Amino acid sequence: MYLNEFLMLAAVIFCLGVYGVLARKNAVLVLMSIELMLNAVNINLIAFGAFRDNVIGQVFALFVITIAAAEVGVGLAIVLLIFRNRADIDLDELDLMKG
Amino acid sequence: MLRNAWLIPLIPALAFFVILFFGKRLPRKGSEVGIGALTIAFVLALICAGQWIGKETPREAAHAHHTWFTFGGTDFGFGIHVDGLTVMMLVVVTFISLMVHVYSTGYMHGDRRYTYFFAALSLFTAAMLLLVVSDNTLQLMIGWELVGLCSFMLIGHWWEEGVNSGAAIKAFITTRTGDVGLMLGIITLFFAAGRNFDIEHLNHAALTGEIGHGTLLVGAALLFLGVMGKSAQFPLHVWLPDAMAGPTPVSALIHAATMVVAGVYLVARVYGPFFVGFSIDAGGINVVALIGAITVIIAAALAFVQDDVKKVLAYSTISQLGYMVMALGVGAWGAGIFHLFTHAFFKALLFLGSGSLIHAVHSNNMSEMGGLRKKMPTTFWTFIVGSVALAGIFPLAGFWSKDEILLGASKNGYPLMLVVGLIGAFMTAAYMTRACYLIFAGEYRGHAHPHESPPSMAWPLRILAVPAVLAGLLNAPGIGLFNKWVEFDIPGVQPFLHEHDFNYGLAGLSLLVALAGIGAASAYYFRGAFNGISDRIPILKTGERILVNKYYLDDLFLAIIRGIQYPVAKAAYWVNQNVIDGVVNGMGKGAQAGAYLVYDVIDQRVIDGAVNGAGLSAEEGGSILRNVQSGRVQQYAAMLFGAAAVLAVGLVFLT
Repeated sequence: MYLNEFLMLAAVIFCLGVYGVLARKNAVLVLMSIELMLNAVNINLIAFGAFRDNVIGQVFALFVITIAAAEVGVGLAIVLLIFRNRADIDLDELDLMKG
Repeated sequence: MLRNAWLIPLIPALAFFVILFFGKRLPRKGSEVGIGALTIAFVLALICAGQWIGKETPREAAHAHHTWFTFGGTDFGFGIHVDGLTVMMLVVVTFISLMVHVYSTGYMHGDRRYTYFFAALSLFTAAMLLLVVSDNTLQLMIGWELVGLCSFMLIGHWWEEGVNSGAAIKAFITTRTGDVGLMLGIITLFFAAGRNFDIEHLNHAALTGEIGHGTLLVGAALLFLGVMGKSAQFPLHVWLPDAMAGPTPVSALIHAATMVVAGVYLVARVYGPFFVGFSIDAGGINVVALIGAITVIIAAALAFVQDDVKKVLAYSTISQLGYMVMALGVGAWGAGIFHLFTHAFFKALLFLGSGSLIHAVHSNNMSEMGGLRKKMPTTFWTFIVGSVALAGIFPLAGFWSKDEILLGASKNGYPLMLVVGLIGAFMTAAYMTRACYLIFAGEYRGHAHPHESPPSMAWPLRILAVPAVLAGLLNAPGIGLFNKWVEFDIPGVQPFLHEHDFNYGLAGLSLLVALAGIGAASAYYFRGAFNGISDRIPILKTGERILVNKYYLDDLFLAIIRGIQYPVAKAAYWVNQNVIDGVVNGMGKGAQAGAYLVYDVIDQRVIDGAVNGAGLSAEEGGSILRNVQSGRVQQYAAMLFGAAAVLAVGLVFLT
């Protein structure tokens, strides 16, 4: 069981996700990057689950997938409403909450 | 091959993903993937059937099981259980699905969501096959729900029109009502069988008396709720006619030949709890047979007043499903399954034929058809073959299977069901005669220019006409192969179902009844006898009005919901106005008086001083901190990740 390879892969995907969240302007791409991060976590969970030879990792991964689906549902709904109101989903322009 | 039967559901499932992701870029928009996958699956199913027939008797079911995980001693996993019933269903489902795929290339030509349609068809086929091969109730339920989902997607295929999406939602919710029962039933039987999902184990435990009779009755009754929803049994049949809003190939595949028989298949597969729980061998009457019998009659009666040709066929389907459920209810297991087998062919044929008609005249209504015999010869003779097979005329498919059900009812001690079956046979023959008369006889009454359908639609009709004629002969006296191939056999349990020899007297009687049905309907329509009879005799007029309104069942369901909701809401309003408001008003007045006192003494002097001081300091602090609140999500995210990184570094160094 080569655990390190999986962890490296997950770390790379996670970093790509972080980069996407921080650097992308398009809200949809940011949401997709969040998915990348969640899936990196999933890879970790399943890799550890397989390494330790039990099913808990898979169960957690299933929960993460469920939550991710709900999150993306809410997120896309918000993006859609923003787009309807402003005809634009550039995150840099969205500073209505500026203090 | 039998052990590798899991390939058969897997291939259409893969086809679903291929069509979904690459379909639009393919030269024929994904239809070739679906047809190719179904051809492979059909060939594999035929190989399975050949191997099953070639096995030495007694044939043993093939098993394969992969455990996903074990939790508290319970095995969760995927598995297959292949016996005669499974093999038969595999062949029927893949064959009908292949025909429907080919037909759809013509019928759906130029549709907006052509690729999507084929993807959903593939997913549906995969789900149905998954349901059929499963060896445990959990996997069966996954297939069952996927099938329901695909049905929803395909009924609402043209969702831009509100009627269609409404019909899809109605179908989904009505079947879901039954599925609550299904889920509870599976849970009940799971615990009853000693925390085990395995179906063969469950049947064995039920038939050897390991599970108490009461538990089995509860479990089987709950499962039967699911069956009533999925197989459109009275009173949950209301969704099936509305489901005709979907494209016609979907009606043929899902709402006639495969999905709606999932309920019948479930009863047949989990027959042990039903047989023992409902005391089917005792004879007389039981819930399963009774529901089936009611469904036979009421649906057949409704088929007389429909103008939409697809709704005639829909009610006919409900009625025939009633026959199957009734057969299982009277202990005629083989007869019920045999009827499922023959019905799949001729009902798919009839639906595809009606699709061909609709394609030609651009209307579902029979009042806008008529005189199509000359204009559409292929559709005409295949539709007639299907109708005659459905009516149960010797020697076509429906005759043999319907006769076996009647035979089972009479020999197993269910005289009432025998009478119902005969009345149903009369009505079936009569309403199909009516439909054929309105469609093909007389003059054309519509405004389009009807023409024969393209070869991609005509060939499936011709091919399906062959089994519609011949399928019944498998169980003809002297041949009797079907009952040998498909048996209910649990290792370690003595055979308890009785197959009866062909009875010429009863067969002759059912044939006579069917001919009488055709004769009566012909006399009414071709000769004009009894014309206007329902206008002259008041009781018939009332009957017609009840039928046109579908027994007011839809109204009844709404009335029940309103009847409960309205008084509850009214009572709640009264309590609200008189009790709660009084209390609230009294408290309000008391509180007001107290509040004035507090205001003058404490608020103005003590609190305001403190608040103003706090406010000033907060304002100062806030104006410093507001720079952090830039309103930019990504800046927040950067802070979050930065803080997390700092914490992580701290964690690494500290430990």
